[in-house]
Amino acid sequence: MARSETVDFRTRLQDWLPRLVLAPSFAVTLLFVYGFILFTIVLSFTGSKMLPKFTWVGFENYEKLFALPAWHTAIVNIAVFASLYIVICTLIGLMLAIFLDQKIRGEGMLRPIYLYPMALSFIVTGTAWKWFLDPGIGLQQVMRNMGWESFTFTWIKDADYALYTIVLAAVWQTSGFVMAMFRAGLRGIDNEILKAAQIDGASNWQLYRRIVIPLLRPAFLSAFVILSHLAIKSYDLVVALTGGGPGRATEMPATFMYSYTFTRNQMGIGASSAVIMLMTIAAIMVPYLYAELKEKK
Amino acid sequence: MAAVTQDTAVSTGRVTRAFIYLVLVLFALFYLLPLYVMGVNSVKPLSEITGGNMMALPQVWTLEPWRQAWSTAQIGVEPTGLRPYFLNSILMVVPAVAISTIVGALNGYVLTKWRFRGDTWVFGLMLFSCFIPFQIVLIPMAVVLGKLGLAGSVAGLVLVHVVYGIGFTTLYFRNYYASFPTELVRAAMIDGAGFFRIFWRILLPVSGPIAVVSVIWQFTNIWNDFLFGVSFGGTSQPMTVALNNLVQSSTGVKEYNVHFAGAILAALPTLIVYIVAGRYFVRGLMAGSVKG
Repeated sequence: MARSETVDFRTRLQDWLPRLVLAPSFAVTLLFVYGFILFTIVLSFTGSKMLPKFTWVGFENYEKLFALPAWHTAIVNIAVFASLYIVICTLIGLMLAIFLDQKIRGEGMLRPIYLYPMALSFIVTGTAWKWFLDPGIGLQQVMRNMGWESFTFTWIKDADYALYTIVLAAVWQTSGFVMAMFRAGLRGIDNEILKAAQIDGASNWQLYRRIVIPLLRPAFLSAFVILSHLAIKSYDLVVALTGGGPGRATEMPATFMYSYTFTRNQMGIGASSAVIMLMTIAAIMVPYLYAELKEKK
Repeated sequence: MAAVTQDTAVSTGRVTRAFIYLVLVLFALFYLLPLYVMGVNSVKPLSEITGGNMMALPQVWTLEPWRQAWSTAQIGVEPTGLRPYFLNSILMVVPAVAISTIVGALNGYVLTKWRFRGDTWVFGLMLFSCFIPFQIVLIPMAVVLGKLGLAGSVAGLVLVHVVYGIGFTTLYFRNYYASFPTELVRAAMIDGAGFFRIFWRILLPVSGPIAVVSVIWQFTNIWNDFLFGVSFGGTSQPMTVALNNLVQSSTGVKEYNVHFAGAILAALPTLIVYIVAGRYFVRGLMAGSVKG
């Protein structure tokens, strides 16, 4: 930054102005993000029930948390949900991207159709799928009306299968977005490489398996990071689609945290579950963001 | 993203192509299915839905479900319809989007054209805030909003959305301004132009595209938010929370047609934005995930 010999008030102000402009945002971030995180971490070591109170209880909340069957269910559910959701979204996204890449007529019409669900609220998505999958009025009834009397589809009411309906709705919402990410990756691949491989006699299958898919590594990484982040945060969709039920069958960490904190008055336990969620996301996001920022410098 | 916009050099046989088209069309139908279900069932009488004709076109067309969803449906305890909540959402979204976008633009300007020691750290800390699970801030936020007297008010929701939105808006403007020639800014500085003058005269006039991206992203996210709305909305709940209350209500007959009409009403603003400016919407999504 340029500095003159006579540093009068005006130029000094000019020097500090940029930092002054940025300061409120930074202060707000420090307080409302990092300060709040600290606050929640502290709370997770206290015996808070309905309101925050600062009686130190050590790791008691964490011990209680991991002894709770509801939290156990939430952990198993998020693991199953996240794995299925990430794998299926990636497969569908990759397939649609590769297919759309084949000089498809009408691509301009198809792509917006694949992507529009991303603009909707999870509550809207949940409402639509909830009634479509409802055995009483939805798919099952429609099939029976059409003459398939024995058709049965009761996943959404079935404790063993309800989780998969959440996977279905979540995949519906975000797989188009994953397609767009891979499509951008495919467009960046140099056609000369493909032509050279073709001259060498590689089949299409080999071409994609050996050359294209390995070159898409960055897109795979981004998709994984974004999808896992969305999965761990998933709250609205569960609330709208199953409400965490039937019974406790589709409890997730996000719904668990909300109900323990705000309706069951177990704030200490709620806070500890939020801390676990943050740690999981941070373990995925921090290395990724760090690498991204470093690369850009 | 590379600037090359070409299709692949891979060529495929006729059978393969037919298969590809078939798969692409089937997936298009899959993505359109819920929209069709919502649309078609929002204009038929309830009896046709409960009779098991969810996929059929209405035998009797009616706009009554829309009217009910908008102005008379029971939301919680009041038969107000979704109208007041739609208004809440508008009152919340407009200031929150405007403030966070302006702040993001100024932040991006400082972080790229007035760099200082440690600016990457400042940015990194702000960027990470986009990705935290918001459950970690719910409790202290409830406490602070209560202390400020903003609990259960639209103003409180505006504050929350601005605070947790500036990370993304800063990211957009920073990445965009980074590719703007710094020499032009230097030249203006030498000519004696000050901080705001350079921003106003040089950066702002070229910021159109990224401002659109930022506004659309913020609009979509804030309109669609449920967690903050349900936690801090109180008596000023936004549209998503009201829709959920309508659909989950356990009293009386389930009026599916009204639910579907309500769902479309909640989806309409973001859907219109997507139809009008889908290109910018996708660009915002991508910038939030892969390098812009």
